[in-house]
Amino acid sequence: MSWKIWALKKSPWVFHVNTGACNNCDIELLELLTPRFDVERFGIKLVGTPRHADALVVTGGVTRQAAPRLQEIYRQTPKPCVVFAIGSCACSKGIFKKGYHMIGPVDKVIKEVDPEAIVMYIPGCPPKPEAMILGVVKALAAL
Amino acid sequence: MKKRTIIPIGPYHPLQEEAEFFQLYVEGEKVVDMDVRISYNHRGIEGISETMHFDQVTFLVERICGICSASHPLAYIQAVEDLAGVEVPERALYLRTIINELERIHSHVLWAGLAGHFIGYNTVWMWAWRYREPVLDLLEEISGSRINYANAKIGGCRRDIPNELMPHIQKVMDELIPPMDMITKAVLDDPVIHARLKGVGVLTKEDALRYCVTGPTARASGVPIDVRRDDPYAAYDRVEWKVITRNEGDVFAKAVVRLLEIFESIKIIKECAEKIPDGPIEAEVREIPPGEAVGHVEAPRGETFHYVRSDGGNRPVRHKVRSPSYVNVPSFRASCIGQSISDVSITLASVDPCYSCTERIAVVDSDTGERVYTARDLIKLSQDKTKRLMEERGRQTNE
Repeated sequence: MSWKIWALKKSPWVFHVNTGACNNCDIELLELLTPRFDVERFGIKLVGTPRHADALVVTGGVTRQAAPRLQEIYRQTPKPCVVFAIGSCACSKGIFKKGYHMIGPVDKVIKEVDPEAIVMYIPGCPPKPEAMILGVVKALAAL
Repeated sequence: MKKRTIIPIGPYHPLQEEAEFFQLYVEGEKVVDMDVRISYNHRGIEGISETMHFDQVTFLVERICGICSASHPLAYIQAVEDLAGVEVPERALYLRTIINELERIHSHVLWAGLAGHFIGYNTVWMWAWRYREPVLDLLEEISGSRINYANAKIGGCRRDIPNELMPHIQKVMDELIPPMDMITKAVLDDPVIHARLKGVGVLTKEDALRYCVTGPTARASGVPIDVRRDDPYAAYDRVEWKVITRNEGDVFAKAVVRLLEIFESIKIIKECAEKIPDGPIEAEVREIPPGEAVGHVEAPRGETFHYVRSDGGNRPVRHKVRSPSYVNVPSFRASCIGQSISDVSITLASVDPCYSCTERIAVVDSDTGERVYTARDLIKLSQDKTKRLMEERGRQTNE
């Protein structure tokens, strides 16, 4: 294990990107910061810029407008970084599969920039906060 | 002329959950003009819904917006029921009312928390979201999911709430009153919040009418409109409640309207849980005849409006959605211009904008961000060029 990955696993700071989600995953994500789940006690923190982030949390199947922005945000994130695709839409475009404005899913868009990118999937519509915590824990253990 | 600066906010900005892009034109600290550019969230839902059959569309419209995920399906279902002429059983109407009001409570508390976060009062955020949890738990108990309830269906409801759960609903609602009281008092009595929100982002009654705003945004500007009272659906005409209005139109009034509406919602739920009749929860729907219909519902943010046209097949031929934020967002031009930059974020947040509902697509020249020439502009350009050439020719022949 490289020391960079070791450092990443310690307390991942995340940047949240909404690429065309319906808000559900987003409010469940914010829920994680509030007293009931409070993931800050594990050192997981939402940050305001991708340049400070160890992980990107992407919600929503990627729309045409959002795709170039997502790629740009990915380029700005220091490597190595982990991309969490949260929710069915981010994993597979979900119910919006037939939409003409959807380019996604997230892994396809990210891998156009970096074929080596680490993408983790947390499915569910929306995944429960417990499921998100479990997904992050499993993902970090697998690194 | 003073120097004009453009401040871009977004599309990905730490303050916003969703991607949207505002351009503020400022002179010094004062906002003189603003522009909004959307469609980062446009998913083409109206198009997708024309490829699905009537029952499936319910689940699609549920995912228009995660916070209005009971209001959008209900508006759509009411349109289809109107089309098919279905008589919905009484018990289903009460069930719909309970789910919709629980949704309103969780949405308003969520807003109160986020508003606290926007003005730098993270304590309010943490408190509000903590006391929102019991509501989500209750929703999970009665519908199976914390946020996407998938309860209403064409002709009734998919799941019943057993009568044994009704006392539990009453108990949760009773337990919700003291914390909500505390939050309301904390907001209404706090001198800092007064100083920060009073007189900020005023939307006058004239402007509210001019921009046709709906929901709490309109009610805080002294326009007493509420679909629940004006065109009762579900069981709203069978219970006692009142429409909350304020005349000031500032952000504080919007906060007060939302916080007081929570108590009205609690009252409605308690009364529904008490009065709910026994009986079937769904009516049989055989086929949807050709025709067109509309359904509207008072979502937490205002009136949401669905139009459905059918040709007698099993899919809608046309489905049109007009969500509350779509009419509330343009009112930013009335409430933000003239403010200082620091007040803009709370003013923007005060209508509780929901961009996933609002997204439409518009074509602009992406390189320059300029508007595309209209036909008349092109004709004028062409005429000007001819004139210029003629002048040049004339000069040459004269020489």
